[in-house]
Amino acid sequence: MEENVLLTARGISMTFPGVKALDNVDFTLRKGEIHALMGENGAGKSTLIKCLTGINDFEEGEIHIQGIEGPVKNRSTRDAQNVGISTVYQEVNLCPNLSVAENLFIGREPLTKLHTIDRKSYNKRSAKIMDDLGISVDVTQNLENYSLAIQQMVAIARAVDMDCKVLILDEPTSSLDDEEVEKLFNLMRKLREKGVGIIFVTHFLEQVYAVCDRITVLRNGAFVGEYPIAELPRVKLVAAMMGKDLDDLAEIKKEQKDYSKEPMEISAKGLSHAGTIKPFDLDIHKGEVVGIGGLLGSGRSELARCIYGADKAQTGTLQINGETVKINQPIDAMNKGMGMLPDDRKAEGIIADLSVRENIILALQAKRGMFKLLSRAQQEEIADRYIDLVQIKTSSKDTLVKQLSGGNQQKVILARWLATNPDFLILDEPTRGIDVGTKSEIQKLIVKLAAEGKSVIFISSEIEEMLRTCSRMVIMRDGAKVGELDHDLSQENVMKAIAGGES
Amino acid sequence: MRTWNKIKTWPLLLPVLALILVMAVNIIHDAATGINPLSFFAVSFRDTTTNGTILYGRVIDIINRGSEIAILAIGMTLVVSASAGTDISVGSVMSLCASFMCMNLAGYGVSSTTTLAKPLIVGLLAAVVMGVVCGAFNGTLVAHLSIQPMVATLILYSAARAIGLLLCNDLIVYVRNPSFAFIGAFLGPIPTPIIITAICIIVVSIVLRKTALGMYIQSVGINAKASRIAGLNSKLLIFLAYMLCGVFASIAGIVASSRITSADSNNIGLYLEMDAILSVALGGNSLGGGKFNLAGSIIGAYTIQAITTTLYALGVSSIQAPVYKAVIVILIVVIEAPPFKAYVRKLSAARAAKGVKA
Repeated sequence: MEENVLLTARGISMTFPGVKALDNVDFTLRKGEIHALMGENGAGKSTLIKCLTGINDFEEGEIHIQGIEGPVKNRSTRDAQNVGISTVYQEVNLCPNLSVAENLFIGREPLTKLHTIDRKSYNKRSAKIMDDLGISVDVTQNLENYSLAIQQMVAIARAVDMDCKVLILDEPTSSLDDEEVEKLFNLMRKLREKGVGIIFVTHFLEQVYAVCDRITVLRNGAFVGEYPIAELPRVKLVAAMMGKDLDDLAEIKKEQKDYSKEPMEISAKGLSHAGTIKPFDLDIHKGEVVGIGGLLGSGRSELARCIYGADKAQTGTLQINGETVKINQPIDAMNKGMGMLPDDRKAEGIIADLSVRENIILALQAKRGMFKLLSRAQQEEIADRYIDLVQIKTSSKDTLVKQLSGGNQQKVILARWLATNPDFLILDEPTRGIDVGTKSEIQKLIVKLAAEGKSVIFISSEIEEMLRTCSRMVIMRDGAKVGELDHDLSQENVMKAIAGGES
Repeated sequence: MRTWNKIKTWPLLLPVLALILVMAVNIIHDAATGINPLSFFAVSFRDTTTNGTILYGRVIDIINRGSEIAILAIGMTLVVSASAGTDISVGSVMSLCASFMCMNLAGYGVSSTTTLAKPLIVGLLAAVVMGVVCGAFNGTLVAHLSIQPMVATLILYSAARAIGLLLCNDLIVYVRNPSFAFIGAFLGPIPTPIIITAICIIVVSIVLRKTALGMYIQSVGINAKASRIAGLNSKLLIFLAYMLCGVFASIAGIVASSRITSADSNNIGLYLEMDAILSVALGGNSLGGGKFNLAGSIIGAYTIQAITTTLYALGVSSIQAPVYKAVIVILIVVIEAPPFKAYVRKLSAARAAKGVKA
């Protein structure tokens, strides 16, 4: 083994029922490097990481770790930690009701001579650990008092303090804002100097270029290549991930058109929900795509949820096609032709233990009512049609939806709503955590739906995406609607509006 | 080979194996004691003075005696699936429904009667209405007030029997009327409880097959929030599951009461809630809610009754029986536990790998 190589995986293969998840994949991590693991949804990134951390039991191949004779096969995450591999996920696996220090030392508390927990010493040691990493926190405070970013850093600090040589960060930045991301990157750079090898999994291309040294690309479970960052510009990276050269995203551009003459689809007056969104007015015309911009937590999702009845509107009136309607819960909105793809796919989207077929027909079945069961043949026909239409990659329509990759799960939920043939569709972060190819597919689909005369509310953290598809943007700040932009839609203008103040 | 694989992935495989295991114990015991090993399965007609010619045999006895557990298991399956919780009040609700029925049939304060004070159908409806009320009470607490199922149903678990006694003026009310006793006795040669159970199972199966109820309940059990966004009324469905559970408890109560032609508030349905919950678990259903398999639960119910009957056949006294029952249940539950299944799979994979090398 080379002197500075920390970890090598050679010829890793693994099959899930019906799918070859990894096929002869190689991976090499060197000392003091940040190594991006890239690929589309379902490319095998998570599977490979789970092989390294002992969650998955791979069938072929060998993993070698510096300082250990012979191939290493981890049977559990604990095994992995013992050989120096630690993982920090997007969702922090720590205890929010314990202090930072307690979290750092949980399960390995320093003891006094009497075998009681030595609080003084671990508070002191914790403070030093956090200090060394340049994170300023009060270690005696409960973890829940800190932002998600800090919580993640505590998880990283814990891993580092447990002598980890290899640190795996799986989508750590998905829920962080820009400033927090920068903090995290500083920490990563600090760890790199200490000689830790970091495997970084993310969907954000710019972040890869901001912090990584090397990129390994996977596609459809196979190894595509390993590149130093300088040799793989963005376009080439996308091409490597997708297996083809294209700048598809640029092609999508909705033609500018004046929708104010079109009939009104939705007209909200003074809707609000206590604690989440202040009263707002919003008109949406037929065939219009309206984007909602704002920072995370500015009330983007809450506005949409209030219209849909996911959070019942407490004040105001809502008109659909000129008719005043009362919406108490989602089914009322659905019966008026609405649909909503929620932003939290796991918590509010998929029904994990049901099949792809059942997940697709669920909303349609709910609309028809309990006593008008779609026959099995009808269900299969609908499932087949939409699996084909939005190109869901699944081994069969009776596969459990939880076995699909994140992007494909998202497509299943999209299919669920398309199957109800809605007039008005709310898409809350439909492209989050999804690879570039699927993103452009979804954006194209939105434009196509609008062309068919459907109205869409499109919410996304990526402004470019909304600029490409929306004809009008609503700007949110601190739970209130603060403005609308319908001409001069440019990144700069939108940013200014979101930031507020002098513009 | 393909049929073998099909059998291996059959969801009812383990519940059925468990039932076969219990039968095997009977067969071995019979063989060891010199009786015809197949006497367990022997069914014959026998003339009795009270009921005329009836079906007789250990299997018939198990299916007959297992009726209440099987009926309860239907409702329990729905509750577990929808709310990831259990209704521990079913045994007590059985008793309350029986008391309310007998109070109606005998008249308030009457302790023993041979003539019915009201038509039989009024009494039966009274029991079912009481079941609906109890189920609705539990359902409201769980679905609308979000109280943990165990705690919510604990109220009726402890109170229902006392309410039943109150309705019966602290008496054991005897209704010794043939038209009432018939429910717990025989229809022709067949025990009536078996027929009632069969009707319950058939009706529920048809409802699950012809409506979307099953899918709705599973969907809510797996992810209530997502189901709501997709247009399901999660609260209503959870409420409905508890209400149905109450209805089935009342039917079980009618059967149990008719068997002894009385409303013995302190004994009807005693500990049956545990058997019902166990049936669901033995049937391979996760008590964490979500997907359910009704057939599994019903096989589980008869497995439990088979264990009880077997123990009595083996000469175990009714006081010691729970100990042996516990041992058998532990065995069955371990066999069905996912880590154990994974272990078995690993062993067989290792053996297969060895076979390839050799």
